[in-house]
Amino acid sequence: MRAALPILAAALLATGCAVPEPWVKPYEREKLADPIMQFQRTALNEKHREHIHQVREGARGATGVQGGGCGCN
Amino acid sequence: MRAAPPACRGAGVAATELLRRAATGLKALLHGLLGGAVASGAASAATLPEDKAEALYHSYDGGGVKANGPALLVRKSLFDKVSLSAQYYVDAVSNASIDVVTTASPFKETRKAYEFGIDTVVRDTTLSGSVSRSSEPDYVADAASLDVAHEIYGGMTTFSLGFTRSADDVGKKGIPGFIDKANHWQYRTGITQILTSRWLLSINGEAVSDSGYLGSPYRAARVFGAAVPERNPRTRTSRAIKLRTIYDTSTLVPRSSLRAEYRRYWDTWDIKAGTTEIGGSKYVGESFLVDAMVRLYSQDKALFYSDNAQSETTYISRNRQLSTFKSTSFGGKVTYTYPRLPAGYDVKLIGSYERKSFKFSDFTDLRTGNKFSYNADVLQLMVSATF
Repeated sequence: MRAALPILAAALLATGCAVPEPWVKPYEREKLADPIMQFQRTALNEKHREHIHQVREGARGATGVQGGGCGCN
Repeated sequence: MRAAPPACRGAGVAATELLRRAATGLKALLHGLLGGAVASGAASAATLPEDKAEALYHSYDGGGVKANGPALLVRKSLFDKVSLSAQYYVDAVSNASIDVVTTASPFKETRKAYEFGIDTVVRDTTLSGSVSRSSEPDYVADAASLDVAHEIYGGMTTFSLGFTRSADDVGKKGIPGFIDKANHWQYRTGITQILTSRWLLSINGEAVSDSGYLGSPYRAARVFGAAVPERNPRTRTSRAIKLRTIYDTSTLVPRSSLRAEYRRYWDTWDIKAGTTEIGGSKYVGESFLVDAMVRLYSQDKALFYSDNAQSETTYISRNRQLSTFKSTSFGGKVTYTYPRLPAGYDVKLIGSYERKSFKFSDFTDLRTGNKFSYNADVLQLMVSATF
């Protein structure tokens, strides 16, 4: 079985196996560019909300907001 | 040199063909993964953030704490090569929270924070760096961050990595200078994926490590009913993973979208938490955009948290941020876009309100003997201009 893996891998490559081409073309992304499709629209609003949660909740991180440093006790 | 036998020549041709196909397959794989950057140049380069100015008035009022103040942000690009940003944030805090009124005296103080950032774009990669300082009379925190976002797969996937290093000086009123230090290391990563022309998915992860003084010199714990200074561990490491998705629902409700997110959190203090947020956005007329959201948060207590400890332990805390509690929020936001401005200019007025409710399972209000709970109001008023 172990010997079959390189053969299988070579066979996959030999058949031109690859990840699919990007299926949403740049000209099809008009809807995605609309403000209603943004996770965060204004930096200051998000920063204020994050600070409120960070000083009152035990959980933190993975907010998607760049930077860091709570500066609070 | 002798010619190879026919059988070998056949094998050689087959091997060459196999290698050629393998090379073609590998090239196609790299082409797919790197969005064409390897073979045919970048299909869609990343762009610098827009030039903008934001001015915010923020207010939090709940549980005896009032915190409000202005915040400003200015971002400007230079020579289309770099984008510089500066932020100023003020929190004027009036604190008469339950901790304070049951063990100390109400106080007022002001926290001011500055942040300076620089962004630049190299082909499909956005590099961002920032430094910040937050200072209160008894607490100063300095931080430096570096973030990298790279578009791959024809711009359909954005991969990001980030790091923040912070160092805090911890003081105590009445004692000159600082009494201790705290250090923090934050490592984050994320992937945002375009799934369809109307659907985005994002996964973020972050690990945070802390060492040093990780409590408050003013907060008291309770052991056998008596108030004692809290004793927290001097290290903590946490992990968080967040899954977010947003979908354009214009086919069901004109010019609208729905989003949902869930974050799972766990750390070495044995806190486990889940955060769920669901929201929707909808344009109303030509100038208004309305958002609504609900957020549910719940967490389990830290291992060393106790409302009233019945044994002596190395670590003890009655910080309700480390207790078992649930928080529910409902909020709305209205954005008004000023009409009839010249092309390239955009001015928005934004107002948002959020009602938060906290219910604690193992934190007693010492004034009444009941489980503690409170509500809070969060208000934001903002002007945002892009130019």
